[in-house]
Amino acid sequence: MFSEFLQYLFTGITIGATYALIALGFTLIYNASHVINFAQGEFLMIGGMATVSLTAMGVPMLLAIILAVVLAGVLGIALQRLAIAPAKNADVVTLIIITIGASIFIRGLAQLVWGKEYHVMANFSSDEPIQIFGAVLNSQSLWVLGVGAVLVAILVYFFTRTLTGKAILATSMNKDAARLVGIRTQMVLMLAFMVSALLGSIAGVVVAPITFTSYDIGIILGLKGFVAAAIGGLGNGMGAVVGGLALGVVEAMSAGYLSSDYKDAVAFSMILVVLFFMPRGLFGAKVVERV
Amino acid sequence: MAQLANFRLKGLLLLAIVVFALPLFISNPFHYGLATQIALIAGAVVGLNLLVGFAGQISLGHAGFFGLGAYFSGIMTSNYGWSAVPALLVGAVGVGLIAWVVGRPILRLKGHYLSMATLAVGFIIAIILNNERALTGGPDGMPVPSFDVFGWELSPFNQYSLLGVEISGDLAWYLFAGVVLLVAVWLAQNLIDSPIGRALRSVHGSEVAASVVGVDTAKYKSLVFVISAIYASVMGALYGHFQGFITPSVASFDFSILLITMVVLGGMGSTIGVIIGAVVLELLPQVLADFQEMEMVLFGLILMLTMIFMPKGLLPTAAGFWAKRRAQTAGGKA
Repeated sequence: MFSEFLQYLFTGITIGATYALIALGFTLIYNASHVINFAQGEFLMIGGMATVSLTAMGVPMLLAIILAVVLAGVLGIALQRLAIAPAKNADVVTLIIITIGASIFIRGLAQLVWGKEYHVMANFSSDEPIQIFGAVLNSQSLWVLGVGAVLVAILVYFFTRTLTGKAILATSMNKDAARLVGIRTQMVLMLAFMVSALLGSIAGVVVAPITFTSYDIGIILGLKGFVAAAIGGLGNGMGAVVGGLALGVVEAMSAGYLSSDYKDAVAFSMILVVLFFMPRGLFGAKVVERV
Repeated sequence: MAQLANFRLKGLLLLAIVVFALPLFISNPFHYGLATQIALIAGAVVGLNLLVGFAGQISLGHAGFFGLGAYFSGIMTSNYGWSAVPALLVGAVGVGLIAWVVGRPILRLKGHYLSMATLAVGFIIAIILNNERALTGGPDGMPVPSFDVFGWELSPFNQYSLLGVEISGDLAWYLFAGVVLLVAVWLAQNLIDSPIGRALRSVHGSEVAASVVGVDTAKYKSLVFVISAIYASVMGALYGHFQGFITPSVASFDFSILLITMVVLGGMGSTIGVIIGAVVLELLPQVLADFQEMEMVLFGLILMLTMIFMPKGLLPTAAGFWAKRRAQTAGGKA
């Protein structure tokens, strides 16, 4: 009974940590530009797929991961420079459609290069599962949680202690004022897309041994990340992390205790419940609109 | 204002001419089928445009309403012996109610919260349609009987005679869908020119200013959300009867994205523009199918490039270009 619960909890926290990282990527770009980046899931896909194909070509695992993450980072910069920046006067809705176009484009390229099959990636360390009170914990789950925690710590340090991080925060609060004090806001936007791509691709790499990977895995993972960000209050970093973990746990519990067919429906209902009763999400700030 | 109404009337007339002249240029059943499908989807897009173009809100789950309309009418006519028209109407009222329940609390908030809520509602509807196999046939889909009005049956496989002229079922369905689209456009334009439409445009312009002068912004936004959901439901029901077979893909997230993309690509706020958006995005895959595995890459690329270089959408950009040209030639003469 308890072991069952623990099992679902482990599964939930693992997948929740992944959602949290994707949600953080959404949050970063949303804060910097108010764009909901629907290509976010593709960064995950690139991370996993590039690592798998590079290791298959004989590149050592660690180097393959670094190359895959760098590739995603370059892609993030390219997305901002080539697709978002040229349309800077466009409506937010138009920018969102551009990111949808970009995600279809990237997915199409991935399908050309890597084909439509599912790819399996080996665990980082031992395949031996760990037994805790009768529940089984995949060693890769520890990697997901560990890497997730380290990334969140780095982000907190980046935003509170470094000048670049503070510049991003300033830009997200008031773009014009930020520009007046000498912050190059275009640079900041590029940086936000890059960091967001790095986060997404690292999440994609660490979770790939658990979920497998294929050219179209970014769609559903990206959406779940968006749901997590929405639950946490879009634009709030802490909310993204809590929203991600909460979404993962609720999903695993409803798959275990209710029905696995309806686990996604429960996840999406969470958005409605939060919007009805806590309109700004769990952590969203109260906004006063200035005219 | 009178000039604006005149401009809209011209748009409707132009659309009517295109709709009724098209059969002169196409004749095979495949093309009629495609044209009918485009007309029905365009009708749903005209409704969605009311929400996006005039209330400034995004729905990422409109396919959910479209699918719900299609499935409700399909299930009632095939399992419960209902006639198609009452099934369509009751379905539309039901979908409108769902939209009201979801929209009313959320549209009181400022910002793009409706997009998140509609995304969730769309997914929940798609998941239910996929899993309630006994009722919906699950992922394999279900057959839908032909559309009937008081016992008169409209089917692509029948022959009809109209004013003494023999016409095929394909053509009859196409003409019917064309008339439905024209009515949908006419109703939308009337709404835009009504006091409700003016209130909506003020909400889009500046929501704070509108509420300060006494416009109940939340009420109007939820009203237009309900109307756009009803448009989707009605078109979905007709689409199901026309296709004769539906799968949960009619309610999928991909289709929701396609609908909103049609609005933005064609030109938010322009009724004729969004119809062009629907035509382009329905025909594009037909053209790109020849490129096989390159299809997705090209589709994404075209979508991105169009939006980057024509952020206002196809029709408004073309109209702007035209007006500039005309101003230049006029200036040259003087």
